[in-house]
Amino acid sequence: MIETAHNDPRDYTGAKLGMWFFLFTEILLFGGMFLLYAVYREKFTGDFHAAGMEMNIGLGAVNTLILLTSSLTMVLAISAIKRNERNRSLMLQAATIVLGAVFLVNKYFEWAGHIRRGFYPDSAELLAMGHGKVLFFGLYYVMTGIHGIHVLIGISVIGFMLALTARGSISGGDYIKLENAGLFWHLVDVIWIYLFPLFYLIL
Amino acid sequence: MESNFYNSQTRYPGIFGWLFTTDHKRIGLLYLGSTLAFFFVGVGLGLVMRLELIRSGMHIISAQTYNALFTLHGVVMVFLFIIPGIPASLGNFMLPLQIGARDVAFPKINIFSWWLFIIGAACALTSLFIGNGPPDTGWTFYIPYSIRTTTNVSLAVFGVFLIGLSSTLTGMNFLTTIHRMRAPGMTWGRMPLFTWSIYATAWIQLLATPVLAITLTLIILERYFGIGFFDPAKGGDPILFEHMFWIYSHPAVYIMILPAMGAVTDIIPVFTRRNIFGYKAIAASSLAIAFVGYLVWGHHMFTSGMSDTARIIFSLLTFIVAVPSGVKVFNWIASMYKGSIRLDAPFLYVLGFIFLFSIGGLTGLMIGALSTNLHVHGTYFIVAHFHYVIFGGSVFGFFAALHYWYPKMSGLMYEEHLAKLAFVILFIGFNMLYFSMFVAGWEGMPRRYYDYLPRFNTPNLISTIGSWILAMGLVIMFYNLIHSLFAGKKAGNNPWGAATLEWRTTSPPPTDNFDEAPVVTKGPYQFR
Repeated sequence: MIETAHNDPRDYTGAKLGMWFFLFTEILLFGGMFLLYAVYREKFTGDFHAAGMEMNIGLGAVNTLILLTSSLTMVLAISAIKRNERNRSLMLQAATIVLGAVFLVNKYFEWAGHIRRGFYPDSAELLAMGHGKVLFFGLYYVMTGIHGIHVLIGISVIGFMLALTARGSISGGDYIKLENAGLFWHLVDVIWIYLFPLFYLIL
Repeated sequence: MESNFYNSQTRYPGIFGWLFTTDHKRIGLLYLGSTLAFFFVGVGLGLVMRLELIRSGMHIISAQTYNALFTLHGVVMVFLFIIPGIPASLGNFMLPLQIGARDVAFPKINIFSWWLFIIGAACALTSLFIGNGPPDTGWTFYIPYSIRTTTNVSLAVFGVFLIGLSSTLTGMNFLTTIHRMRAPGMTWGRMPLFTWSIYATAWIQLLATPVLAITLTLIILERYFGIGFFDPAKGGDPILFEHMFWIYSHPAVYIMILPAMGAVTDIIPVFTRRNIFGYKAIAASSLAIAFVGYLVWGHHMFTSGMSDTARIIFSLLTFIVAVPSGVKVFNWIASMYKGSIRLDAPFLYVLGFIFLFSIGGLTGLMIGALSTNLHVHGTYFIVAHFHYVIFGGSVFGFFAALHYWYPKMSGLMYEEHLAKLAFVILFIGFNMLYFSMFVAGWEGMPRRYYDYLPRFNTPNLISTIGSWILAMGLVIMFYNLIHSLFAGKKAGNNPWGAATLEWRTTSPPPTDNFDEAPVVTKGPYQFR
């Protein structure tokens, strides 16, 4: 790798490389939680199965489609700015944000439903249900919660990129920030792709 | 006065030109000042602990206070001093210079990392003063006590979380810098071994720290919401916490030692006037330590109830991880053979490092053996072991590097006789302080206790006296370094006659590091 950018201040490859390194750290962050899930699923397989029945597969599926679509709009937003189609890119970035927001709204209703029925950490109802179910719901809230925080961060970052695109700081000649924001958004999507089967599908 | 990075025009005036700088050299010095300040806080905490332990039955502080002291001593020394330590201070300053670059890949993220560090440190130190007082759990925050104690665990742990994020971003920054910004002609095989060590360390910072982040987050969530991941009453497993904690904290010790080893490897050729022995082996051993270091965390948990099979595997891997360190020690010694030795302060600290780190490392093998571990786990033998490797190893390496790069950073030379005197006093004090702990621990004295049985009186007395001698050595060393900033002689570009790129530019360097971008045509230790 003698091919370096040395002191070039516009190092496209370097900026992408840094972002991929950062994404690797996010995989490890969620990895810790997936480790907990694996350990406790192995220990309480029956309880996890039963608790999984309480989840709303329909809502989960809708959310999956929403995030997948938002990844599509993000990619299209980047394609658009590469062709200098600024307004199209702005609309697609806005669509991504809206889809992310709808995901969070769905999540709110889902959590509210569970909480109303007494399935939340340390509640009397949950504690009475047995260890496996306590841990299943604990993992559910922590993992989708931290994921939700990342969705919120992603929305804010894309909002910031939208402003930069409107201003012209992101353009056909310099779109690395948007691409990196897109990579982050895809990561958030991919993590949900793993969460969905683990909590809703594998019963 | 000629222009250099201290007096250059900055975007913001006065002190803000430092606090919001994007110049890696200024950021390195910001880290250096702050981490050294925290080092002295940690030293102070340690000295009070040693005073409490001067004699059996002696009580100048309460048991609760003692618990808080050893917790803070650990948190401050580990997270506020030694983990940022060399990489963030000297690494930041020297890395771009050593590869012939103008700065790091992401200068703004660099200063953001420093601010995360400072805010995190502020959180950790604030936990000392508010509410129910500082955490008393030990720096390892084991469950269930860290969940049940009413002390400020959440605030302290949140501070460490921010410091961890700082460390992760620095790792990302350095990796990208080394991959993308090397000067023309600087192939991977011509990088200085300090740069190689920063590279290996950056991989650990990048990948291990996020596991700490999630572990700490889970402590906070557990304290506030009672989720139950680590609570047997709810189906959880407290040993799982230990696994998650040590999956980060073992690789963390390699973050602590690898840069010190890298600095030592850069210093030896300069003070022996010959090429390093086994360049490729040393570079490869840094990567091997980084990699195998991820596999040995269970050796902190041999008495926790893990299966025999698991323990045998972790013990075997622990023995394996010692091999690349051994490779380095042999290569360093071989690098001195038939050299023209110059026993100045940097080299004295290097020799001290090799001796003390070897003792620490060899006792680590003793502890890594399952049978001995059962007897010494939780005793002062462990305390002595890790102080030999971290203090005798990392910190002596840090002191060596501090003296070596002092002229490059300041443009001035420290006073050599005083530096040698400080080293001798430090070395004597260190061994009195910590060797006696090997003895006490082997005899069965438990750690993290505010008092002990009278039969441990003698080693403890020697240890406490050693701590005073050590403190004196530190005072002399830092007096020298600070006083020389005002009274030192001008050092010139390359007072040591070294061959790595940082010595090709002025001392101190200009803001853009090199007046002309360097082209590299030979290895980092070829003096002719």
